[in-house]
Amino acid sequence: MASSKPIATTRSATGVPTGRLAVWWLIASEIVIFGGVLVSYLMHRVGHPEWAYQAEHTSLLAGSINTFILLTSSLFAVLAHHAAEHGDGKKAAKLLGLTIGGGFLFLIVKSIEWANEIMHGYTITSSGFWAFYFTAAGIHGSHVIAGMIIMGFIAKDCWHGRELQRVEYAGIYWHFVDLVWIFLFPLLYIAS
Amino acid sequence: MSDTNHAAAGGAAHGHDEKYYIKIWGILCVLLVVSILGPELGNFYVMLVTAFGIAFVKAYLVAKHFMHLDTEKPVVWYMLTCCLAFMVLFFAAVSPDVMNHEGRRWVNVSAIRETERALEAAKAAGQHEGSTEHGGGEAAPAGGGH
Repeated sequence: MASSKPIATTRSATGVPTGRLAVWWLIASEIVIFGGVLVSYLMHRVGHPEWAYQAEHTSLLAGSINTFILLTSSLFAVLAHHAAEHGDGKKAAKLLGLTIGGGFLFLIVKSIEWANEIMHGYTITSSGFWAFYFTAAGIHGSHVIAGMIIMGFIAKDCWHGRELQRVEYAGIYWHFVDLVWIFLFPLLYIAS
Repeated sequence: MSDTNHAAAGGAAHGHDEKYYIKIWGILCVLLVVSILGPELGNFYVMLVTAFGIAFVKAYLVAKHFMHLDTEKPVVWYMLTCCLAFMVLFFAAVSPDVMNHEGRRWVNVSAIRETERALEAAKAAGQHEGSTEHGGGEAAPAGGGH
């Protein structure tokens, strides 16, 4: 039985289960990706005072709602982990479903926000600020979509009581996506 | 249920109940409200503290209580710190050339021109909005390629 399991769930050479270690490696690489984007934005923002005027056109309301949605979905993710720790696969699956729902809501608000900005003539080619805005938020949004897909597969297994340890792995990833947004929010929406 | 389905296989038992996580979420929501309201006071330093200072506090709370980073093995900390150090190195190496538009023996003419042009465009757009009753028309994008 144990031999049929993926090695990531049964081996722990570092004291950290290999599957979880892989997620941390993924996050370490994501730090370089998002860190590069955020630091580049910060440098240009200081060098270009005119970006403050352009940042005034982002929607603080949409950014605030999305921050609340991501924080709440993170709560569902950690509660799913808690349920998985207690062996309750069905509850974990339901909570992962709510987390995915939070991701959907986030994308809906983001779509409305972007549609409004594009209709007003602010596109990725409008200026350096808008290029960073759409790139950073776009990369983040693609990570939200990836997280939702992954959690969908994990929730399916959880429902049948299988591979409950993966709930924590997906949760760590989702919390990181939330963390990135925590820094994107003041940079893109508040500092105008 | 196999051992891989147990918390011990995938993660440490963190010993918190659901109310604990809901409490952390409540604190995060309060901090979110403060970070939104802070800049409304109009003070630059208050904005820095409430927007960016609170972002770091929120990140700390999420990393510690939701990601359980405080109970992770040192190897995870080494990995994450190493990547953060690369980010700082990148900033230290590149920022002088990006944040400044001129140095001792160089001038970034195109950046200076673009900044001047975009500031004038932003001012013009502001005047246009003022003259059309709270910006009844939409403001034109202030920048134009960087």
